[in-house]
Amino acid sequence: MSTLVFLEHHGGELQKGSLGVLGKAATLGDDVSAVLAGGGVRSLAPEAGKYGAKTVYVLEDDSLEPPTPQPRVDVLAKLVQEKGFDTVLFGNSVLAADVAAGLAARLDAGLNWDLVDLTSDFVGKRPALQDSVLVDVGWRSTPRLALFRAGSFDAGESDGGGTPAIEDVSVDFEEHSRSAKVVSQEAEQSSGPSIEDADVIVAGGRGLGAPENFTLAEELAKALGGAVGATRAVVDAGWYPYSAQIGQTGKVVSPKLYVALGISGAIQHKVGMQSSNVIVAINKDPNAPIFEFSDLGVVGDVHEIVPKLTELVKQKRGQ
Amino acid sequence: MKIAVCVKHVPEGHGRLDPGSKRLDRTGEGALNHFDANAVEEALRLKGDSDSEVVVVSLGPEKAADSLRKALAMGADRAVLVSDEAAAGSDLVATSAILAKTLERESADLILFGQQASDADGAVLWAAVAERLRRPVVSQAAELTLNDGSLRVKRQTEFGYDVIEAPLPAVVAVSDAINEPRYPSLKGIMGAKKKPFETLSLGDVGADAAQAGDPGSKTEVLALGDPPSRGDARKIEDSGNAAQEIVDFLAEKRLI
Repeated sequence: MSTLVFLEHHGGELQKGSLGVLGKAATLGDDVSAVLAGGGVRSLAPEAGKYGAKTVYVLEDDSLEPPTPQPRVDVLAKLVQEKGFDTVLFGNSVLAADVAAGLAARLDAGLNWDLVDLTSDFVGKRPALQDSVLVDVGWRSTPRLALFRAGSFDAGESDGGGTPAIEDVSVDFEEHSRSAKVVSQEAEQSSGPSIEDADVIVAGGRGLGAPENFTLAEELAKALGGAVGATRAVVDAGWYPYSAQIGQTGKVVSPKLYVALGISGAIQHKVGMQSSNVIVAINKDPNAPIFEFSDLGVVGDVHEIVPKLTELVKQKRGQ
Repeated sequence: MKIAVCVKHVPEGHGRLDPGSKRLDRTGEGALNHFDANAVEEALRLKGDSDSEVVVVSLGPEKAADSLRKALAMGADRAVLVSDEAAAGSDLVATSAILAKTLERESADLILFGQQASDADGAVLWAAVAERLRRPVVSQAAELTLNDGSLRVKRQTEFGYDVIEAPLPAVVAVSDAINEPRYPSLKGIMGAKKKPFETLSLGDVGADAAQAGDPGSKTEVLALGDPPSRGDARKIEDSGNAAQEIVDFLAEKRLI
């Protein structure tokens, strides 16, 4: 087995999601390589050795710093064809999903997605149909492509970690690969405690009814010593800042306690918070999908319950 | 100009996997994948009052005609359904090959997708289709504008927003935040019955049956099992005492 892991970087740091996948690959076999493409990536390459990469392929090119998928398909296709990797692994992200699917089409290779685990004999584990069933999936040929659900693996340094060999890659890009261009990027500034590091998160969705009702979430979060999160629906509606957005295109979090207020539990949100230790949901709709993955589901009105809950938590914690 | 929208007919409700074939049971009622309604809406918005054509394309069972008719009732001009027993069970590689063949016949300036399929949770097909057609692709579009042979997309990522420009022809996957899909009007529903509707086989679109369905797929479902349990999950109805019950639960879990 020879495995290539697609590494992502942002703001001068390798991303935890792709490092988690690299660490997983290192537990399955020794022949693990990683690939990094962008501007200033060479200095990030040695770090990947700690997570188990024996070789890091580097394409140092400022024009690849913007996160467009198609030039990266060219890079990975060349590495697979030249080096004969039989397995290529990705941690899910907006960018990685598009790279993985583009590569699948380029190489006519099987891609299994939304995996939460992979065994050493190449059986992928995929929760399906709102996680009501766990499906074992496989590949019929090589290379095998796998896209893992965000947060499936912790980014822990590998026991066999060390200094990786660093090899430069050069690629002739396909004509269509670089025609989409990023013309500007807006980073969102965060305010308040970071939701990624919080032990407790209180998140609000459309069920709060109005933007001013986010004070319910804020006061409960304060009483519990936690941070406030939001669904994409309320962020897009302008009720709460993007920096608090949890889900597929927001942050992926796994706090000790996640309290969901007026959140239906759409898949877009779920993928961002389902690995929380304990999930408590309050929603007036008894059929809301969130109840299917909550440890305690409360069918009721957030406006009635949350103020009382905040008071009781304050009393209990002696505030 | 011509805008093609790829749509999927998905089972209504929760869906189930057939233990025999290990495929999604598609025998029951189905509906237009609601994420694809955003793509149809965006095509209609871009078309506006112009003489552009919006063609909706689907690969699926004969019943998928219902979802295409819904898109026609919303305002699309024409529908193409590729329906062939030999295509059943196609995975990403096989599906993208058949769709690319179908789309090649249309030579659309813009090809739109919704952000995911609500049944299989797939959110990658556009990138595979774009690769086969050798066209630029942009996903997670929260805003889309066309401007004289090119497009401009504002897309949401994990870190904020990127603005991306690409020349046409191109492939775009829109997010469900991009618009609020319209409901078909009664007039639209009546009018849909008269709109052009083609049903094609794999042979009609020039797709190779050996590269479709089970023989053309490079992935397989090996077994179905139970998901990891969340343990002693509880659900209660608020009868005025829910706040206390939550506090007791949190105390029991040593979270407060």
